Amino acid sequence: MRAWLRHGRHVVGENPVTGLAFGLFVLIALVAVVGPWLAPHDPLATDAARTLQSPSARHWFGTDQLGRDILSRVVVATRLDLTIAVAAVTLSFLVGGALGACAGFFGGWTDRLVTRVADTIMAFPLFVLAMGIVAALGNTLANIVYATAIINLPFYTRMARAEVNVRREAGFVEAARLSGNGAARLLAVHVFPNCLPPMMVQASLNLGWAILNAAGLSFIGLGVRPPTPEWGIMVAEGAAFIVSGEWWIALFPGLALMMAVFCFNLLGDGLRDLIDPRRRT
Amino acid sequence: MSGGEVDLLAVEDLSVEFRTRDGVVRALDRVGFALRRGETVGVVGESGSGKSVTALAILGILPPSARVTGGRAVFGGLDLLAASPRQLLEYRGRELAMIFQNPRAALNPIRPVGRQIADVLRRHTTLRGARLDARVLELLARVQIADPARRARAYPFELSGGMCQRVMIALAVACAPALLIADEPTTGIDVTTQAGILDLLGELARDQRMATILITHDLAVVAERCDRIVVMHAGHVVETAPARALLARPRHPYTARLIASTPRAGAKLADLAPIPGATPDLRAPLPPCRYRGRCERAADLCDEPPLPRAEVGAGHLVACRRPL
Amino acid sequence: MSLLDVRSLTKRFPARGGGRWLHAVDDVTFAIEAGESVGLVGESGCGKSTLVRLVTRLLEPTDGRILFEGHDVGAIPAARFTHTAARRRIQMVFQDPLDSLNPRFTAFDTIAEPLRRLGTADERTGVTARVAEAAELVGLPRALLGRFPHQLSGGQQQRVGIARAVVLRPALLVLDEPTSALDVSVQTVVLHLLAELRQRLGMSYLFVSHDLNLVRLLTDRVLVMYLGRIVETGASQDVFDRPAHPYTRALMSAVPALEPGERRMRVRLAGEPRSPIDPAPDACRFHGRCPDGVERCTREAPALRQAPEGDRRAACHFAFDGAAALPTG
Repeated sequence: MRAWLRHGRHVVGENPVTGLAFGLFVLIALVAVVGPWLAPHDPLATDAARTLQSPSARHWFGTDQLGRDILSRVVVATRLDLTIAVAAVTLSFLVGGALGACAGFFGGWTDRLVTRVADTIMAFPLFVLAMGIVAALGNTLANIVYATAIINLPFYTRMARAEVNVRREAGFVEAARLSGNGAARLLAVHVFPNCLPPMMVQASLNLGWAILNAAGLSFIGLGVRPPTPEWGIMVAEGAAFIVSGEWWIALFPGLALMMAVFCFNLLGDGLRDLIDPRRRT
Repeated sequence: MSGGEVDLLAVEDLSVEFRTRDGVVRALDRVGFALRRGETVGVVGESGSGKSVTALAILGILPPSARVTGGRAVFGGLDLLAASPRQLLEYRGRELAMIFQNPRAALNPIRPVGRQIADVLRRHTTLRGARLDARVLELLARVQIADPARRARAYPFELSGGMCQRVMIALAVACAPALLIADEPTTGIDVTTQAGILDLLGELARDQRMATILITHDLAVVAERCDRIVVMHAGHVVETAPARALLARPRHPYTARLIASTPRAGAKLADLAPIPGATPDLRAPLPPCRYRGRCERAADLCDEPPLPRAEVGAGHLVACRRPL
Repeated sequence: MSLLDVRSLTKRFPARGGGRWLHAVDDVTFAIEAGESVGLVGESGCGKSTLVRLVTRLLEPTDGRILFEGHDVGAIPAARFTHTAARRRIQMVFQDPLDSLNPRFTAFDTIAEPLRRLGTADERTGVTARVAEAAELVGLPRALLGRFPHQLSGGQQQRVGIARAVVLRPALLVLDEPTSALDVSVQTVVLHLLAELRQRLGMSYLFVSHDLNLVRLLTDRVLVMYLGRIVETGASQDVFDRPAHPYTRALMSAVPALEPGERRMRVRLAGEPRSPIDPAPDACRFHGRCPDGVERCTREAPALRQAPEGDRRAACHFAFDGAAALPTG
C-alpha cells in the first residue's frame, strides 16, 4: 500500500499537468460530496423578486429566470453529473471490458457473438441511440446511466479484445500455464490486468464524454427533468437568454462542464502512469 | 591482402551523446579506427558497447536525441560528420550501405521487393526500363535467390527470413558501394543460414572490392571472417589488431576475458570464465578507462587521463596503461 | 523406466487451403532418463518449439504417446493436465526473459506463483521461505525480489525465470534457448548456474538451442531434428566430432570457430528446406538439399539406423558407412 502511495506521489509530482488534473479532480469530487452543504442558497428556491440578476455579492453567479441562485445550482449539480458519468463509465468499462476480454481470449463463437453485438451498437449514431433508449425506457436517472453505458460499450469491448489478443501468446502467459493456472485465472489475473493501462486512458476520456452526453440529453429535454439542477439543463435554459443579454445563466454551468471534461482528459495519462508498473523507477 | 595504402574510411575521436529522461548518456568517447578498400573489419563488444551507434553515426542516421560531440569520419576525402545532408544523400546507397539485424523491419512491407531494389537503382544510376529490370533480376540472382523473376514480384511477408536478408543485401550492394556496414546480420538466425549469409558477404566483398564492417557480439564469427578486429567496451575502442594476432595474444584485459568466455570446441564448461562486474552506467561520471571498475589489473595510474592508445605490434593498438 | 518416454509423437496443424496438413512434428521417438541432459538442435522451422510445447503439455498431440514417469500424460487434455500431480514435475525456462515475466508481478510474485498454484499445503504456508531459498539457489540477491521485471537486467530477469521453474523441484526442466537473448558473459554465468543446479537438484534437462557449442557443453546426448523428424541421436561430443547424417555434418561444419585449427570444411546446403505441408511419405525429406543423395532417397524414407557400435542413430541410408570426422581446412 505504501509503495502505491509513494508511486502515486511520484506520478503526480513528476508531471505538472498530471498534478493539475489530479488536483482539479479532487476539487470536483469534494464539491460533489459536500456541495449541497456549502451552497449558500437553496438551489430549488425560487424568488420572483430577484429574477435575472447579474452576478453580485449576494449571488456570485447571478440568478436565473425563476430567481434561483445559479452558484448553488451549479455546485449541487456537480454531484449529479459526476455520479451519472462515473456510474455510466464504470458500468461500461466493466461489462465491455469483460466481454471484450473473453472474446479476445477464447475466440471462436464467443468472439463472433461479442463483436457482432458491438458492431451493431456502433452502426447507430451513438447519441441518437442514447436518445432512443431514454425515450423508450423513460426519463429516469437510471435510464440515462444505462443509455450512456450502452453506447460506450463497443469502445471498451474492442480495446479489451485487441489488448487481450496481443498478450494471449506472450511468454509470461505460457509460463503462467506451466505454473498451474487454468484459463479463467490466466485471463483474470495475468492477461487482463496488463490491458488496464491503455484502457484507463480510454476510461478517463470517456468520463468527459459521458458528462457531455448526459448534458446533451438534458439539453434536448430527454435527460434529467427540471427543476433538478444539472449542468446540461441549465445550459439549455440559459441558452434562450443569451440573446437578451443575460449571459451568466448559461455561462457558469457551461464553464463547469468544460472544467470537468478538461480535468478528465488530463487525468487519463496520469491514471495510466499510476497503474502501469513499467512507469515505476 | 587489400591494395592501396590510403584508408577508405578513417574514424577519429568520434564522440556521441544521447539526451535521455535520466540524463546524458555518453555513448561513444573518442572512438577511432580505419579500414582500407576491400578490407573486412569486425567490431565486437557486448550490448551497450556502442557498436551500432558507431555505425549509425558514420552514416549520419542517428536518432534525433543523439548529438555528435566530436571527431571525424573521413570517407574518400569527405568528413561524413561535417557533410551537408545533400552530400550524405548522394553517398548513402551509392558509396556507403548498411544492412540491419532484422531484415523484415528493414524492408517496406507494402512494396514488392523487386520494386524496392529498383528504387535504389533509379535513385543512384541512370538505368531505366528494361535494363533496370534486368539489373534487378541480376542482383537477386547474385544473392542466390532462386527463381528471381517470380521473387521480384513478391512482398516481404511472402518470403522467408533468410530470403528477406538476401534481399536486403541486394538492396545494399545494388550500386556496388565501396563500404558496407553489416549490423548484427547473423544474430538470432540458424547457424547454416548464418554461414550462407556470411559466405555471400565475403564473395561480394571479393568481387566488388568492397570494404566491410561486420558488427557482432559473436567473437567466433569475426575470428573466421575478418581481417582485423576492433574490440569495443562501454563506448571505447579498447583494442584493434589483425584477427590472428588478437586471438593468439590479446593485449587488453577485456579482450582476454571476452575470449575466455566464448565457448570453444575443445573447452569444457568449467573453462568458460565470465567477465566480472557489469558495463558501467554511461550517464554517471566515468574514469578515463571505463573498464577500470571491472579490471583485475587496475592500478592508480589507470586513473590518469587521457585514455592511452599504445601501439604494441604491427597494426595492433591497445587502450591500456598496463597491457597484458 | 525412463523419466520421459516419447513414442511416435506427431503434431499436425491445418494448413491454408483446407484439407492440407502441416507436419510440425512427425513420428518422433526418444527418451530421457532421470538425471540426463539431452540437447535438441535444428534450424528454425524444424519443429523444436512444437516438440517442446508438446512435451510440456501446452499443446495437444495429434498422434503418439507421451509417457512421463510411467503415466500417459499425452492422453490427458492440456486443460485438465494443469490440475494433475505431473504438472509441477515438468517446467520450462523461456528464451526471452523479459517476455516471460508478467510485467505487473514483482520477482517475488513470479517465483511464488507456482508455489501458490501447485504447491502442497506445506509449501503454500512457507511461501516466503521457499521463494528466498529459490532466489538463493539461482544467485538472485534478496533485495531484488521486490522489483518489477523492467527494473532488472537481462541476466537477473533470466534468473527469476529459472527460480520460478525450479522452485517446485521439477524432475524435468525444459530450457528453450535460455541464453540466446543474453550477452556472452552473462550467458557464461547462466550456463554455470544451470550445470550446478542440475547437480544439486538432480533434474533432467531438455536443452533446446541453435548454438551448437552450448549444447555440446551442457548436454550428455543430443537429438538433431529436421523438418519435424529426428535425423540423428547420440552422445553430444560424438555427434559433434563425427556427425553421421549429412544434415548434421552441414550443421556442424557451419559452426564458427575461434581457433583456425577447429574450422571445418564447409558443407554447403543448396536451396531452402522442403515444405512441411503434406510431405511425401516415401522420400527422404533432406533429399534435394543433401550433398549426397541417390535415386533410392526419393523412394524410400530412411528410418533411424543404429550404429554398429555405441548408442548412435541416424536416419540416412548411408550413415555409418565408414563415417569419419569432418575434414578440417
